[in-house]
Amino acid sequence: MTGEYFTTGEYAGTDAEVVVADVAVIGAGPAGIAAAASAAERGLRVALLDRGLESGGQIWRHINGVAIPRVAQQWLARLDKSGAQILRRTSVVDVSVDVAGFEILAESSGRALHIRVTNIILATGAREMFIPFDGWTLPGVMGIGGAQALLKSGGSFAGKRVVIAGSGPLMLPVAAALAESGARLVLVAEQAKRSAVARFAAGLWRTPSTLMQAARYRARFMSSSYSTGTWVTAAHGSDRLESVTVTNGRRTWRETADVLCTGYGLIPNVELARLIGCETRDGAVVVDDDQRTTIANVQAVGEVTGIGGAPLSLIEGEIAGLTVGSRLSVPLPLLRRRATFEAAARRMFDVFAPRAELRALPTPTTIVCRCEDVTYGVVQDAVCARQAKLHTRAGMGPCQGRTCMPGLEFLLAWHSDTVRPPIEPALVSILSSEVAKNAPSSFLSNSCVGDVYQ
Amino acid sequence: MTQYPDAVVIGAGIVGAACAEALARAGLKVLILDASFAGGGTTAAGMGHLVVMDDSPPQLALTAYSARLWTTLAPELPRNVEHDACGTLWVAEDDEQLEAVRAKQRVYADHGIAAETLSPAQLADAEPHLRPGLAGALHVPGDGVVYPPTAALALLQRAIANGAELREGVRVDAVGAREVIVGNERIACDCVINAAGAHAPELTPGIPIVPRKGHLVITDRYPGFCRHQLVELGYLASAHTMTTESVAFNVQPRATGQLLIGSSRELVGWDMNINRAIVRKMLDRALDFMPSLALTSAIRTWTGFRPATPDKLPLIGAWEDTPGLWIAAGHEGLGITTSLGTGQLLADLVVGHEPALDPVPYAPSRVLAGIGTH
Ligand SMILES: Cc1cc2nc3c(=O)[nH]c(=O)nc-3n(C[C@H](O)[C@H](O)[C@H](O)COP(=O)(O)OP(=O)(O)OC[C@H]3O[C@@H](n4cnc5c(N)ncnc54)[C@H](O)[C@@H]3O)c2cc1C
Ligand SMILES: Cc1cc2nc3c(=O)[nH]c(=O)nc-3n(C[C@H](O)[C@H](O)[C@H](O)COP(=O)(O)OP(=O)(O)OC[C@H]3O[C@@H](n4cnc5c(N)ncnc54)[C@H](O)[C@@H]3O)c2cc1C
Repeated sequence: MTGEYFTTGEYAGTDAEVVVADVAVIGAGPAGIAAAASAAERGLRVALLDRGLESGGQIWRHINGVAIPRVAQQWLARLDKSGAQILRRTSVVDVSVDVAGFEILAESSGRALHIRVTNIILATGAREMFIPFDGWTLPGVMGIGGAQALLKSGGSFAGKRVVIAGSGPLMLPVAAALAESGARLVLVAEQAKRSAVARFAAGLWRTPSTLMQAARYRARFMSSSYSTGTWVTAAHGSDRLESVTVTNGRRTWRETADVLCTGYGLIPNVELARLIGCETRDGAVVVDDDQRTTIANVQAVGEVTGIGGAPLSLIEGEIAGLTVGSRLSVPLPLLRRRATFEAAARRMFDVFAPRAELRALPTPTTIVCRCEDVTYGVVQDAVCARQAKLHTRAGMGPCQGRTCMPGLEFLLAWHSDTVRPPIEPALVSILSSEVAKNAPSSFLSNSCVGDVYQ
Repeated sequence: MTQYPDAVVIGAGIVGAACAEALARAGLKVLILDASFAGGGTTAAGMGHLVVMDDSPPQLALTAYSARLWTTLAPELPRNVEHDACGTLWVAEDDEQLEAVRAKQRVYADHGIAAETLSPAQLADAEPHLRPGLAGALHVPGDGVVYPPTAALALLQRAIANGAELREGVRVDAVGAREVIVGNERIACDCVINAAGAHAPELTPGIPIVPRKGHLVITDRYPGFCRHQLVELGYLASAHTMTTESVAFNVQPRATGQLLIGSSRELVGWDMNINRAIVRKMLDRALDFMPSLALTSAIRTWTGFRPATPDKLPLIGAWEDTPGLWIAAGHEGLGITTSLGTGQLLADLVVGHEPALDPVPYAPSRVLAGIGTH
């Protein structure tokens, strides 16, 4: 099969560039990189799209030079050789379906890009979940992932008194990195119970690389205090953070701090999947053994299918890369490794689930929606996210509730609102763009392997 | 409510809210029922442009009357209703449309509605982001904008202050003579007001109301980008003809600094999905008038269903087939504006006061008599 498979004659309208490929992989984190490389190695024409400047996703993106882990180097080299075309600074804003396949609308450095494909692999990753509390909007309070990103891009915490409070395995590497960069770690407060964390750690022998990693991290900030069953209830300061209130449910105390890193684990970025119509369960995209979603020719890999860490993301990506557009069966060892990591991920999910006491964190005057300055007292009585939006503007700002709604869904047991295009803010010119009749389109150069699309 | 209500209003959209407010103010014991939550129906999707329109004399009478009521009420509305007396600019593309602008100005003058014609230079001065080469505009300073869901809430709050009760999440299954039926419960009352918007025919079969879908796009904040609600003169034609599909340039500055871009009309039943082709057409039309909108960032799109009647006029008054039943529905693309006039007119009819407008053109009996069902 060659480029002639696609015609652009059906388009009408003006401007916009067209790219045609067999597979679009959306998201260039570990999952997307593995999927794109494995699919392109099979001879498929693959476009790998990411809004970021560099490939690597949350975990690998910001690392420069020496700090890149060996597996990252290996995969990036494989991707480089695979022939996949990488489209950086390309934000997907919409996907529509027609008989010929999918049309992806993206904003690429301010220009409209239309990508026509027959298969989509969603690798949109996850973001941090925040639970609002008094003072969380003060300067000096940031996400745990945000602190990590700041470090990776050269930010300095040297000499700063830092409290890390939240939940999940992400706290460990960030604590280690902060300690190494010269921050004074006052407290690392994990909300999960000691017994649960211990059980989780004990189970890590089943995934040795993860256990080793955790041990290495812990060694690096051994001297500071790591407390389980402990959480921050408020942040204080006049114009920036000065101290935090900490509790373990029995005792409540103050800690002086210049920086508070907070976050209650990760939640999958399922907006694009939901826009396409893929079924989700417990906030993650439902997939089968071949990583196929409930929508034909759409697969999902990595954190968007449930939080499981980079090693699982890589395996899932590889499986999707092998199965996209074909009925090839997945090598057994790969399936076994996935099963092992999935079991660990499930345990993690249970261990680090936010405790019920956290539902009492926000007070009526706590700001919940930072875009629109809406307080908890104002949204508390709404019966659903949609009512809260319409009546109070919560979640109506530029971030469209990406930051506050997951926390509010946890606090108030709301269901998510519907997803509509654009899933990311997009220039009006992009939304109104159409592909010109006979527009010059760049066909990705790989030719297809014979067994695809029979 | 332990007491037996005088009136049950079905639907807590802006129309039901306005009816409840006027009835409660007239001293009736009012119960408002909504299947979902207040202001969550078409009211949640509307642009909230308070606009005088002259598609027909009764439309002009009802919109002008309502505009006066909004002006009186405005100072008493809470801030979150975001009332803004921004005025409307009806934009003319060419000399023919400018002629129509002048005719419109004469009609408005005859009805005591302030309006002035702007020259191309005055128009460019008033709205620098409009493209050059437009023929002029009609400026209607009395028009304004509200945020509809909170406007409905504010009206409901006033009703509640006068003794009304609001029950949300309560779907009415049927309406009988002086009663409404909710599951196993029968609520007896003196009168029932069907204000279920585009869903009104489900409770009162025979009402000729169909959902007329519309799309809107909202941008990020660009304070000062435009200062008036901008509507192309061709909008009137777009709203008037019951074609299967039309778009018109319609841009509104929100109190937040955001821009609301409309609007489209389609007859596609209750399909609430975004129609990308229509959104493109609508945005193209907007870009044609305001090219620099291209560089604003759109953050959200949505759709809503206007309750449309064949003769473009709402149904306000008694439904003679069922004793005690009144209709206040079918306000198409003007229900935010005409809610206040509707509430007052309906309350006057219910309690037997002399209404401020001739009720005949809006009387539901025109449907029973076969009029207005072309
Ligand atoms: C804030 C944060 C910090 C983390 N830190 C660590 C850590 O220190 N150690 C660790 O082991 N794990 C960490 N993780 C987890 C780790 O990132 C994941 O396990 C792993 O990266 C999963 O890979 P992924 O490919 O599924 O998603 P990601 O790596 O999240 O990649 C998803 C990619 O999709 C792109 N994307 C999403 N939507 C769109 C769109 N609409 N258009 C274009 N591009 C889009 C994003 O830009 C992103 O690059 C972190 C996760 C987060 C969210
Ligand atoms: C895109 C768009 C733009 C618009 N722009 C404007 C504008 O700029 N200016 C303007 O004046 N108008 C505008 N409109 C029109 C305006 O929004 C509507 O005319 C108005 O909202 C109708 O209000 P309503 O109360 O009749 O209906 P709704 O708001 O739909 O209220 C009806 C209520 O009845 C309830 N209900 C239905 N069935 C039952 C039942 N069986 N039991 C109990 N409750 C029930 C529903 O839950 C709902 O809350 C626009 C409309 C659209 C779609």
